[in-house]
Amino acid sequence: MNGSVARRFLLGLAPWVGAVLLWYAVRWSGFVNESLIPAPHQVASKFVELLLRENLLLDIYASTRRVFFGVILGITAAVPVGFLLGWYRPARTLADPMINFFRALPPIALIPLVIVYFGVDEVAKLVILFYASFFSGVIVMYEGVSQITPLYIRVSKTLGASEFEIFRKVIIPLTVPHILTALRVALGVAWATLVASELIAAQRGLGAMIQNASTYFLLDVIYVGIICIGCIALIMDLILRKISARLLVWQERAVA
Amino acid sequence: MNKVSAKRAKFDHVSLTFDTPKGKLNVVEDVSYEISDGDFIAVIGPSGCGKTTMMSMLAGFQKPTTGSVLFDGAPVKGPGPERGVIFQEYGVFPWLTVKQNIAFGLNLKANRVAASEREAICDHYLELMGLSDFANAYPKHLSGGMRQRLAIARAYAVKPQFLLMDEPFGALDAQTRANMQNLLLKVLATEGKTVMLITHSVEEAIYLASRIVVVTARPARIKEIIEVPFAYPRDESIQERPEFAELRSHIRDLVMNEYRAQQAQMRPASFSE
Ligand SMILES: Nc1ncnc2c1ncn2[C@@H]1O[C@H](COP(=O)(O)OP(=O)(O)OP(=O)(O)O)[C@@H](O)[C@H]1O
Ligand SMILES: [Mg+2]
Repeated sequence: MNGSVARRFLLGLAPWVGAVLLWYAVRWSGFVNESLIPAPHQVASKFVELLLRENLLLDIYASTRRVFFGVILGITAAVPVGFLLGWYRPARTLADPMINFFRALPPIALIPLVIVYFGVDEVAKLVILFYASFFSGVIVMYEGVSQITPLYIRVSKTLGASEFEIFRKVIIPLTVPHILTALRVALGVAWATLVASELIAAQRGLGAMIQNASTYFLLDVIYVGIICIGCIALIMDLILRKISARLLVWQERAVA
Repeated sequence: MNKVSAKRAKFDHVSLTFDTPKGKLNVVEDVSYEISDGDFIAVIGPSGCGKTTMMSMLAGFQKPTTGSVLFDGAPVKGPGPERGVIFQEYGVFPWLTVKQNIAFGLNLKANRVAASEREAICDHYLELMGLSDFANAYPKHLSGGMRQRLAIARAYAVKPQFLLMDEPFGALDAQTRANMQNLLLKVLATEGKTVMLITHSVEEAIYLASRIVVVTARPARIKEIIEVPFAYPRDESIQERPEFAELRSHIRDLVMNEYRAQQAQMRPASFSE
């Protein structure tokens, strides 16, 4: 038991160690100008420096908060909308082309408009992240809901369930997995969109930090920012996966 | 079982046609028969002929295209808890444990019971169906036969007066199947239910039913309705009786003929514009 935990830990660690080694290897191979690739240890020390002198935690907090609220708001809206679209075929026929139209627009392309209508403060960033999460979440929700088998609803009707009871005791449990998937997808998209949203005159935030660093060609700072984004996204995803595993013990999975 | 001949259900010149992309598909054609209180009807016929469709009209999931299906004197409008259904595909709820599945119906407003009674009913059926050891397991850990027994337990638990069972014992081994049949007979003897059972087993039909409706290859029409001459309570000894063997070979011939008809037909002819 303990042995297997240790082994899984090592297995999980191995690719990271490999990536760091590769990073050094590329740097030392001489194929790339060394000044263009800060060494991992330089990035690590920059990280500590930023943490202590430049309040890196504040950037992390600002970005995480934007992503968090953007995704929460986006999914809160996507769940009922996706549900309606999945459940009522006419609603779907009506809205499907439009949803696909907006989904295809990269949020970055909308930034100029967002600045015009929402200005450059916190609201504008939230709008971009909301947009990104909503459209990625809505698709997952409606695909999921439209796949709910009518059999379970029939069964509950023959047992005497009312419409409300069917909703609460059958539809909701069957929807939870799709909500969790929507959250995961939206989180991924939101982190990807974060830097773009922080292009809008952000004071703080990892995206803003990267943006400023690129103006002064501070490559190590850019690396710190990118790695931070990756790590936070990874942690959020891990937390969500833990929650999913808890809520969805009943699901049959191809891989345990 | 003494029958008070109150009519519970009635198929009155019922036909049903599905609109499919390939055209109209006649599935049930001019079917008429009545099910009285306390009756046990077994429906037997070749695969794909329209048995499930026939049952689902009585369950309230399909409407006849012409004719009418009556329950307690009124046309069936939709499903209801007085007509318990055991579906061919079981439909056990994967997100609930075995015990929660059985308790599902008892927690609904339509048949809510006190918590202590609910516990007692659940334990009773867990025991009867041999699922006690799996009370807290999720269906993904059950075998096909166990899921089928769970579906049966869940339907029995709310004590419907009328049971619609679509091949309820199909996934069970011979021994468990015999147990389930005897259990059903016992439940009927004590609770006096009316049953419509779809089966592919001629022996099962004769052993359990008071009347057997043999239906034709699609579209399902009534081929013959056969009274089973054995009185209830029954036990396995009736399967040794000569009448049992006679009835069995008679019904087998009927079913075999329909099966051949179905093979010969090989369908395209039954699609009509
Ligand atoms: N909703 C539907 N739409 C179109 N065709 C259907 C529908 N339901 C059933 N059918 C067709 O009706 C025919 C009868 O189906 P049904 O399920 O009633 O057969 P069955 O007698 O129960 O067969 P089995 O013994 O294999 O369960 C089949 O050919 C099937 O393809
Ligand atoms: Mg069937």
